[in-house]
Amino acid sequence: MSATTTSESIQPGVGPEDVVPLLEIVGISKSFPGVVALDGVQFRLNAGSVHALMGENGAGKSTLMKIIAGVHSPDKGEVRVRGRSLVFGGPLDALNNGIAMIHQELNLMPYMTVAENIWIRREPKNRFGFVDHRKLRRLTEELFERLAIDIDPEAEVRDLCIANRQMVEIARAVSFDSDVLIMDEPTSALTESEVHHLFRIIRQLRAHGKGIVYITHKMNELFEIADEVSVFRDGKYVGTKKAAGVSRDEIIQMMVGREITQMFPKTTVPIGDVIFSVRNLTVDGVFRDVSFDLHAGEILGLAGLIGSGRSNLAEALFGIVPATSGTIRIEATEVMIDAPAKAMKCGIAFLTEDRKETGCFLTLDVLANMDTAVLSRGYTRLGIVQNRALVRDCELMSRKLQVKTSRLSEIIQNLSGGNQQKVLIGRWLMIKPKILILDEPTRGIDVGAKAEIHRLVCELAGQGVAVLMISSEMPEILGMSDRVMVMHEGRLTGILDRADADQVRIMEMASR
Amino acid sequence: MSINKLVANPGSPAIPPSQRKWPPELSIFSVLVGVSLLFEAIGWIMNGQSFIFNADRLQIIILQMSVIGMIAVGATLVIITSGIDLSSGSVVAAAAVVSASLAQVSDFPRAVFPHLTDLAPIWPILGGISVGLIIGLINGVLIAVTAIPPFIATLGTMVAARGFAKWFTGAMPVSMLTDEFAWIGSGVIPVLIFIVLAAIFQVVLRYTRFGKFTYAIGANRQAAVVSGINVNRHLITVYAIAGLLSGIAGTVTAARAVSGQAGMGVMYELDAIAAVVIGGTSLAGGTGRVTGTVIGVLILGVLSSGFTFIRLDAYYQEMVKGVIIVAAVIVDQYRRRKRSR
Repeated sequence: MSATTTSESIQPGVGPEDVVPLLEIVGISKSFPGVVALDGVQFRLNAGSVHALMGENGAGKSTLMKIIAGVHSPDKGEVRVRGRSLVFGGPLDALNNGIAMIHQELNLMPYMTVAENIWIRREPKNRFGFVDHRKLRRLTEELFERLAIDIDPEAEVRDLCIANRQMVEIARAVSFDSDVLIMDEPTSALTESEVHHLFRIIRQLRAHGKGIVYITHKMNELFEIADEVSVFRDGKYVGTKKAAGVSRDEIIQMMVGREITQMFPKTTVPIGDVIFSVRNLTVDGVFRDVSFDLHAGEILGLAGLIGSGRSNLAEALFGIVPATSGTIRIEATEVMIDAPAKAMKCGIAFLTEDRKETGCFLTLDVLANMDTAVLSRGYTRLGIVQNRALVRDCELMSRKLQVKTSRLSEIIQNLSGGNQQKVLIGRWLMIKPKILILDEPTRGIDVGAKAEIHRLVCELAGQGVAVLMISSEMPEILGMSDRVMVMHEGRLTGILDRADADQVRIMEMASR
Repeated sequence: MSINKLVANPGSPAIPPSQRKWPPELSIFSVLVGVSLLFEAIGWIMNGQSFIFNADRLQIIILQMSVIGMIAVGATLVIITSGIDLSSGSVVAAAAVVSASLAQVSDFPRAVFPHLTDLAPIWPILGGISVGLIIGLINGVLIAVTAIPPFIATLGTMVAARGFAKWFTGAMPVSMLTDEFAWIGSGVIPVLIFIVLAAIFQVVLRYTRFGKFTYAIGANRQAAVVSGINVNRHLITVYAIAGLLSGIAGTVTAARAVSGQAGMGVMYELDAIAAVVIGGTSLAGGTGRVTGTVIGVLILGVLSSGFTFIRLDAYYQEMVKGVIIVAAVIVDQYRRRKRSR
């Protein structure tokens, strides 16, 4: 299966064989009804190191971590902690054996305070058996001081922003004083400076001899923080490398098992006339005075930190939260967009940032996920759905987008993140948009699907579609955009041509 | 290449035509058959007679359940949008008393509207249906515009509609109704109404845009908004339909009893919701079918008829029914958890 990897990379870790690793996985297999999630995989984590885990979605990383954290039990194989073979009955068992996991989905209780969330089940008690709130606060403050986290221990979690919740989650995991910390894409909701903060915490933990398993999709994080990297593919272990001696291309090749010639297949296409013109657009209290032009065939990148107002701008352009003032012109005609249906009528499509929250209908099938937008505009006669034409065109779309599923009646929940994203893109291409707004089009999807989506976006631009693409990933912005627009604290701080755009300038404009 | 080409590019589809699978109703249908056979066996052992092969009993089961069935069809739509309608039992009472008041005979001295007697049956029917429609619209507007939870909104209208029915009648039965009006509650007419309504909404849910949007809203309301669906308008329509169907149920109830009473329809909403859930529609929204609901209604009918048949005490009947409803929801959750893994 893993024919492309070189033979010497297939070995169970690169640490010296005589040192007993903190955590060792031997020959773990796990299947769920219908899928083999893990097939005889191995993994070893040394004390005082950060071990990155990479692989496309569906490679089995999360399943392996859930086995280590006691959420699932393996069908076959062993989990060894400091050389002792252990069988966990549940997450609590794993925690008691020094393994803590920070889940990708946040698991905090919104109506409880930060301190209560961190010490739940371990609250300090006074002599009457009641919770000692003063001590609870002190413990939390000590913990936060150690980690240089600046959050009020008595704030309710629901009042915190996502990034701060993530920090609380991390602090909680650290508070167990576990030897092994598992982090599943911890930076997906963090801004650049918060990521640096997290990395400082990780380095501190490493210096104290902890072992950290770090699941990520982001290549630059790998090179910044990891000591070793293990790659998984299709439920199999592919290999382990020292992070210092490995190249980006090598990792990608291990992950996909094929060579990706070009990550950003940017093609130069003739830029057409202005078809979308925005002047002084404002949503009171969110962003103000945003003006820009978008040309046919152009990919306009929109960069900015989280909270800069980029997603809010997209929501206003699509009429989800209508602008309070300013004008929008489409092909020189002024339009009033105060509902998504109106935006769609103007030929605008909007792929939202959060696939799960505002994108997928998880309980419905691929067809129902793909036809939602276009049904308002066609494929019906007197309200009756013209099923044959609809199914035919959705099948063609799904084939064109290379959605990997056996049939349109498959429930979308069973598809990988990348394939779900392709279905959602299909939903919008079905309405044949003139203007396509993409908010983080490749967040949390694997490298292969990412490249396919990039190629598709370029192809659409080549057909004259105007694309506004929001992204937090600098390589994506730089690689894909004809021009780059930067927002900071609700204002447009500048627009750069492709030739002038580089990481430093964008960061300056985004954070000045 | 144009975007057009993305869609209109001919060629053999990569996706084979959907493979035949067992319809999801099969498991719930087997429960219906199983329960019936159980009573059949007990029947032969205890009474020496058949439970199923008894035309009178079958007719009674279906007749009794057709009113619940009409409500349950509307409740199916509401529950697919991940909502709930607690007001339907009270709507039955309100619609029953209003329709009855418009159907009284002229030689009755204490008619509610002494000048509106001996009307053609269309007027009481329209009256009853309108009451249901209005209360349904109130539910829908409350839920869509003020964004209060459906449970609370319909709890309010449930109490208020019952109060309206009591005030309207002065807690006295509205009786002496015309034969023409009574006809719609006689014989198999209620069953026919139920079957026609179930068929209509089975088609609506499966084959219309309205149906597809109903599932989409229940599966993910935010995503439905972003996809350009006018969610508020849709929810108002769904609750209005549910109210309208309850209004029809109330009218039929009055016609069957040849009387309208404020105490009619008590707990019907719970029977209807139970039938929907037993029929495989998830309270979490986004899934469900009218065919399942019809089978759920029949299961409830067979149970209550069967309990009487084996002479189970009425109080036991209610206890067992409660257990069965809870069991159905447990099974539903178990099924969903298995699917989402």
